Amino acid sequence: MVSDTVELRGHIIDSLILPKVLDEIMTLGGTFEIVDLAVGQRREDQSRATIRVSAQDAERLQAILSRIGQHGAVPVTGEDARLVPADVDGAFPDGFYCTTHFDTWMSREGRWIVVERPEMDCGIRFDPATGRAETIPMHKVRRGDLIVVGYAGVKVAPIDRSPERSVFEFMASSVSSEKPKAVVIREMAAHIKTARAAGGKVLVVAGPAVIHTGAGGHLERLIAAGYVQILFAGNALAAHDIEQALYGTSLGMSLDAGMPVDEGHEHHLRAINTIRRVGGIKQAVEKGVLTRGIMHACVVHGVDYVLAGSIRDDGPLPDVITDAVKAQDAMREKIRGVTVGIMIATTLHSIATGNILPASVKLICVDINPAVVTKLADRGSFQAMGLVTDVEPFLRALAEHLVPA
Amino acid sequence: MSASLLMCPPDFYGIEYEINPWMDLRRPADPERARAQWRSLHGTLTQTLGARVELLTPVKGLPDLVFTANAGLVVPGRFIASRFLHPERQKEQPTYEAWFRARGYAIETLPEDTCFEGEGDALWLGDTLFAGYRIRSDIRSHQAIAAMLGCEVLSLELVDPRFYHLDTCFCPLDDRRALYYPPAFDDYGRRVIREFVPEPIAVGDADALWFACNAVVVGRDVVVQSGCDALEKILHEHGFTPYPVNLSEFHKAGGSAKCLVLWLP
Repeated sequence: MVSDTVELRGHIIDSLILPKVLDEIMTLGGTFEIVDLAVGQRREDQSRATIRVSAQDAERLQAILSRIGQHGAVPVTGEDARLVPADVDGAFPDGFYCTTHFDTWMSREGRWIVVERPEMDCGIRFDPATGRAETIPMHKVRRGDLIVVGYAGVKVAPIDRSPERSVFEFMASSVSSEKPKAVVIREMAAHIKTARAAGGKVLVVAGPAVIHTGAGGHLERLIAAGYVQILFAGNALAAHDIEQALYGTSLGMSLDAGMPVDEGHEHHLRAINTIRRVGGIKQAVEKGVLTRGIMHACVVHGVDYVLAGSIRDDGPLPDVITDAVKAQDAMREKIRGVTVGIMIATTLHSIATGNILPASVKLICVDINPAVVTKLADRGSFQAMGLVTDVEPFLRALAEHLVPA
Repeated sequence: MSASLLMCPPDFYGIEYEINPWMDLRRPADPERARAQWRSLHGTLTQTLGARVELLTPVKGLPDLVFTANAGLVVPGRFIASRFLHPERQKEQPTYEAWFRARGYAIETLPEDTCFEGEGDALWLGDTLFAGYRIRSDIRSHQAIAAMLGCEVLSLELVDPRFYHLDTCFCPLDDRRALYYPPAFDDYGRRVIREFVPEPIAVGDADALWFACNAVVVGRDVVVQSGCDALEKILHEHGFTPYPVNLSEFHKAGGSAKCLVLWLP
């Protein structure tokens, strides 16, 4: 349930504007509470009603507010958000408003301005030239930027638990390995289909276990069929994917025979070296060096990817962004338009991604370790669901639902 | 009774844009006929009914300046200037304001983010101001006017785009009676009219479409578009005398007698 407070002034009782507004709220599926009503004592005195309007979701509330706005009901913003210019680069002024990943608005001259790109743990920057507000991570602050300070004049619309029982609500309750996986995966597949049909992008965050468990081919199928628009991963997933493409092994294990092969432990280093010699993954695909695998599928099908580095990386591959802050920024750039995020077999990368995604993005978290799934799914959003399972059967089942052989 | 009115000769009147369902660039107004019809209205008001009429100098490029009712709302010594919805008519505002300023009126302005189209959307019945909103004026202008004048303003939502101003569908005749066209209002508006107008008189479809409600009431005399036969009969029954005038050329712009005059109390 989301709500907002409006004020109605004038001869609203004799004009029947008050009952009309209340009727309209109910007709449009909302509810109201009259917080305050000051009735004019003399005929010429105006009356004032403060009404709290509630609706199922932000969209419905907006429709109601827009409709009753025509009858003079204006949202009460209270005081404007306080703006303080940043005094140094790379840091907020003291007392800065710390954002959530929910839809957020700030008040400016009595009007609500939507804060663009909701992201948790950021600040809000207001641009007086354009009249727009957006979240801004700490390191991007430049001296003179107008930053919201304090909590006044800021409101958030938490995503509500949907009254319709969906797989997301169902699963968010708890994470257990004892869930009917086939049912859950089927519903997730249906959801991904719906999201794609509505023009939403699907983001996959994947760890190297996808390759080690032999699930790379399933992900390739999903990419080729247009069910993945963005891939976030680290050096390892790409390196082992390329190792498999070039040598048929992952960390030296033959994925066909399930046995270590001679000198297999060197394969991923040789694979990385090969890519470094040609300049990058794209170049390797263009030169015909890399002809299969997930990374190949990404290049061929135009799927954006961001490979973020880690201190333990070998190589790394030239495509890997080794500056963690730059990698975060690259990820921020790519998440626009994402409506579903699938996080498979990676803990820290998934958490990093969860941190930059708005709460409106539905998250699917899959890991063999229940603790990881709980950690990912339980991040203050009802829009996350977890499934404790090995990634290979999960991706196989998902690919079978979405891209039947 | 000697009433004072503001009118503007139709020297530059014409259909030059389309901002209501009546205006159609393919159906231009005949300038000669428009002038003759306007003179006939002016003559009826001044010579027949003895009203005092002040004239605003027409301005080239402002075809709707002739509809002085929309200039604003006038109370003794004060002119509440309109804030037109359409840019085409916003250009008229300086002309009206200059006229009133030159005559010593205090010019009062409404908040910038409101719309208000003068007497087109604000008509007195006794000391209550009935005000139309949604199509041209917005309701927040009513709140501002109520505060400025310290009077009761009853806001009526207009629901039919053909009756885009209150003065096209509501016409106070005296302190007790008003003509109105019920389908131009929603149910709440009709209830307000029936509650606060002691004797509301409903006008039929045919007359309403001829803008029977856009009449100028001078005492017991009512200047109205000719051809509103049913209305003429009703007026007689209530002790009023209709003075039919043909204003067909102005009907093409969505206006009639009342749109062409502004009261100067």
